[in-house]
This record gives sequence, structure tokens and C-alpha cells, in this order.
Amino acid sequence: MADQKPDERKFWLDDKDTVKKILWALGAACLLSVIADLFYHKHVHYAAEDWIPGMYGWAALIGSVVLVLCANLLRKLLMRPENYYDEADND
Amino acid sequence: MIEFPPGLLLIIGAILVPLLPRVVRNAYMLALPVLGFWGLLVLPEGIHFAFDIFGYTLSPVRVDGLSLLFGYIFHIAAAISIIFAFHMKDPVQQMAGLIYPGAAIGGAFASDLITLFVYWEGTAIASVFLIWSSKTESAYKTGMRYLIIQIGSGVLLLAGAILQFKTAGSLEFAKMDLTGPGPVMIFLAFGIKAAFPLMHNWLQDSYPEATVTGTVFLSAFTTKLAIYALARGFPGTDILIWIGAAMAIFPIFYAIAENNLRRVLAYSLNSQLGFMVVGVGIGTELALNGTAAHAFSSVLYKGLLFMSMGAVLYRTGTINGSDLGGLYKSMPFTSAFCVIGAASISAFPLFIGFVSKSLIITAAADAEHWVVWLILLLASVGAMHHSGFKIPYVAFFKYDSGMKCEEAPVNMLIAMGLTAFLCIAISVYPTSLYAILPFQIDYVPYTATHVITQIQLILFAALAFIYLLKTGLYPSQLNSINLDFDWTYRRMLPGLIKKLGAVFVPADRLVRTAFLNRVEGFIAGVFRHHGPEGLLARTWPTGSTVLWVAVLLALYMVFYFI
Repeated sequence: MADQKPDERKFWLDDKDTVKKILWALGAACLLSVIADLFYHKHVHYAAEDWIPGMYGWAALIGSVVLVLCANLLRKLLMRPENYYDEADND
Repeated sequence: MIEFPPGLLLIIGAILVPLLPRVVRNAYMLALPVLGFWGLLVLPEGIHFAFDIFGYTLSPVRVDGLSLLFGYIFHIAAAISIIFAFHMKDPVQQMAGLIYPGAAIGGAFASDLITLFVYWEGTAIASVFLIWSSKTESAYKTGMRYLIIQIGSGVLLLAGAILQFKTAGSLEFAKMDLTGPGPVMIFLAFGIKAAFPLMHNWLQDSYPEATVTGTVFLSAFTTKLAIYALARGFPGTDILIWIGAAMAIFPIFYAIAENNLRRVLAYSLNSQLGFMVVGVGIGTELALNGTAAHAFSSVLYKGLLFMSMGAVLYRTGTINGSDLGGLYKSMPFTSAFCVIGAASISAFPLFIGFVSKSLIITAAADAEHWVVWLILLLASVGAMHHSGFKIPYVAFFKYDSGMKCEEAPVNMLIAMGLTAFLCIAISVYPTSLYAILPFQIDYVPYTATHVITQIQLILFAALAFIYLLKTGLYPSQLNSINLDFDWTYRRMLPGLIKKLGAVFVPADRLVRTAFLNRVEGFIAGVFRHHGPEGLLARTWPTGSTVLWVAVLLALYMVFYFI
């Protein structure tokens, strides 16, 4: 079982600079992946897949936001306290 | 070696488990699926062990490409799950952990509907012990709900099989059309276990309640057996495309909003099943290959994710995202394996999802189902969010929760390591998977287009994930549940029954009282006349009775002579 004493050791994600570096690296990788689209012939089934460079990236960005906002809305409507069904009691 | 029907070795072998001393028990349990796997390699294709009973021909074993693929992955999953459970000493769970996979394997090879039914119910009955073994009140109730629904699915299957026999004259389990009540009932029976929309809640209800090791077993067999059954019985059934699309998308919202990480994975599993159901619905060779391949890879990566969350639960005693965080410090290996599972479900190149999911998506495009294609693409992005990013982030990389624990036990690490190895090895060498698919395939997963578009998809989804987290738009981890369809049978129906009762009971009481009053009035009347004080009771003495008899006799004689 977990003991609640905090770990005193320093780890790589505790360092704010490391986190920043990771974020920059992710941004750079995104940019690179879009640029990569200019350098090969894309085999697509639907024309929409190749409207602009990085089409899949932009689709993922929009898709992510839509999904998460919907999930947020769903939770606003349907969230209940953890003991809502009160399973532990005999009813 | 004596040939054995696949699966039966595990079921019969389970009987010995409680009798064996602990020292050899683990080795024995692991040996069963290993031997079973070997048995599959030497079993020739075709129908085996057919026999006649009461004039019906049953053929319990059919070996072909489709059944073999599921046979292989079920054996692999059984072996890995058994290793994952090596530390556990509960003989009930150990037996269930053999009988349940054995029944699933038997079901995948069943060539007639009656054999399928027997194994179908076998999986239900054996698996419920993996839930009940949690030994909590809520696990008991969940297990009951699970059992009722699973057994219900089996009853539907049996009824459908009988009707099918009446109309088709054969019990053979082969491709059916959705016409007539028989096939429809069989279809619904499969749909329940495949967690179709609105029939799905048993999955999210029960998997998080099972034991640490039990959930790992559960995640592999029941739903994949149902996918196999759909692929065998209803390939190319159009309605499955839309059922699958709905299945792929709706669980995502719940998975993103959910706090219990094992329940997140249960929703995620449901969404992955949606992909497979779409594949069955499209029904082309590429699509069915996709379904089979994705079922195979999903057993591995989902198992890996459930194992990593099981290890977290085992070590920390909780699986609620709101309590966890920063565990990469205490459990570095488990974190790494979890990330491999996450990369696999996100279909990152060189991880197993990459070589299986795209088969189905490509098949949807080839069949010109552009709406479904778009939904599957969106569902792929969703999978990255709830399983690719959220699971590892919340459990391992989120801010430090202050929790400190030990790394997972060695046997768990070995099981996760083996699965992680397969997740990468099969993707690096996809021919190993493609060679055992039911149909010939000439699909090349590693093209520039596929690799780069998939990387774009993942990187930008990650970017969105971080942006949504930073802005607070991503649902934070709160101690809560989200209502799903099970609300209807856990709250609404019992509530309705209570309400009906509230109306019915007074009305019922009114009718009863009125009736009772009548009866009492009648009795009182009888009593008044015949009771000890009654008019007609005054002639009680025997003498008067004799007198009355004499009078009657006299009257009779008078009438007779007239």
C-alpha cells in the first residue's frame, strides 16, 4: 500500500525547464510533420485529405477540441456524486 | 499425443488446480495454455470430433483461418494473464482464470450453435467469479447484474438456435441473414456480449469492479468472442456498420470524462470494439481481415493497459484519477509499459495498433462510406485522448500526488514486458500477424502517407491535449461518476416500480378491503342465522332434527301418493 510520505528525490519532470523543453520539442515536431507533407506524394482516397499541408494534423486539432468539449458538456449534464447508486448499503 | 478439442484442456485442467501444492501450481497453470497453443499448431483444418446426440449432429471443433486466429490470441492472452496473476493465491480465481479462457477458446472453435451456446454460458459463469472475488458489497451486486445480462445473452442464443433449427433444419453455425426471429435473436445475443450501444453497460459496470488480475482476464475474452461470433455469423450485415460507428464514438465522451481509470479503459475498449463491428459490417475481405487483426492487437494493448492500471491499483489501493499522479517515480517500469500500451492504441508507427486499425479505416474508405470513415478517424483521435494521453498522464506523469509505493511485483512486470514486446515486435514485423489473417492480404502499412499522416494526427492531438489541459477545458479528475444507460435499470426502473407500488398498494388495499367486507358481511349473516344464537340454530337438539326428518318424509309420501 502507498505510504503518504512525499518523495524527496528530484525527478526529471519536477524540473520546470524540462517540461518547457518537452513542449517546445512537441511544437517543433508538429511543425516538421506539416512541412514533411510538402516533400512526398500523398496517396489519398478523398480529396479533402490533401487540401492543405498537414491536413491530418489540423483535423486532429479540431477533432480533439470537439471531442473534449462534448465530453465536458456530457459531464455537466450527467455527473453525480461517487456514491450516487449507494451500492455499499443494503437497500 | 491425444488430440483434444481446443479449450477443453484448460477447462478440465482447472479441476486439478486446488489439489496441487502451491510450488507447482503456477507452473501447471501456465503449462495448460502453452500446451493448448501447441495443440492448435498441430490440429489440421476442418471439422473434428463430430458426434450424433438425440438425432442432432453436433460438431464441436471447426478449424479454419478465423477460428485459429482467435484461438491463438486467446491462448496468448490466457498465458499472459496467468503470469500476471502468479502472486495471487486464491484458488477460486485461479480456476476461473483457466475455465473462462478455455470456454472462450472452445466457443471460437464451435461449429454448431449448441456447442457455441454451452461455451457462451461457460464464459459467463466462470468469469463472474473474477468479479465476485473482489468480495465487496458493490462487486457482489455488480456481479449479479453482469451474470443476469450474460446469461440472458445465452438464453437468447439458445432460443435463436432452436428457431434457426426449425426454419433452416440445421444447427450449423455459419453465415446468417438477418431475416426471421431466429437469426435476429442470435444477433442480439452476440450484440449484448459485443457491448452494442444501449446493451453495453455491463462492461463499464463490471470490469472496474473485478479483482486486480480479474479485469485483465475479462478484458480479453468475452467481447472478442462476440466479435468473432459476429464475424462468423453476420459478415457484411449493413446495420453493423452504423452500430459500430455509434459504438466507436459515444464511449469516447465517457472515457474522457471518467475518473476511475479502469472504467476509462472499459469505455475505451467499447470504442475499439466499435471499429471491429464496423469491419464486420463492411464485410469485404480487407475489412474482415481488419476486424480479426484489430481484435488480435486490441487483446494485447488493452491487456497491457489494464495490467498497468491493475499494478497501480495493487500497489496504491486506488485507481481514481483524482487520487493518483507522479507514479513514474515509484513505478518506472510500469509507467514505461503503460506508455507502450498507450502508443499501441494510439496507432503510433512501430506499435501494434498502427498495423491493424488502418485496415478497417481503409476498408471503410474503399467501400465509399465516407461518413463512417470520418467517424472512425475521429474515434482514432479520441482513443489517443482517453487512452493514449490521459491514462499515462493521470496515473504516472501528472503533478505529484505525494504517493510513494513499490514497483509492481516481478511477475506483473514479466507479463507486461512480454505483452509490450509483442506490441512492438508484431508491428515491426507485421507479416507475422498478416500471415494468420483469415484472407489473403496485400496491405503495406508502412507507406510515407500512412506514417506521416498518422504522426501528424498524434502530434496535433497531443498539442490539443496540452492546450485543453492548460486552459482547464479538459475535464479535471473529480471524485464522481457519470450516468450512463445502466441508470435505466439501476435507478429508473426500480424507481418506477416503487412509484407504481405507491399507486397500486392503496388501490389494491381498497379492493381487498371492499371484498373482505363483503365476505365478512356474508359470514356475519350466516352466523346470525346459523350461529349458536341464530334462528336456525335453535333446532339443534337431535330430537328436533328427527322431527324435521319425519316431517320431510311425511311430506314426501304425501306428494308421492298424489
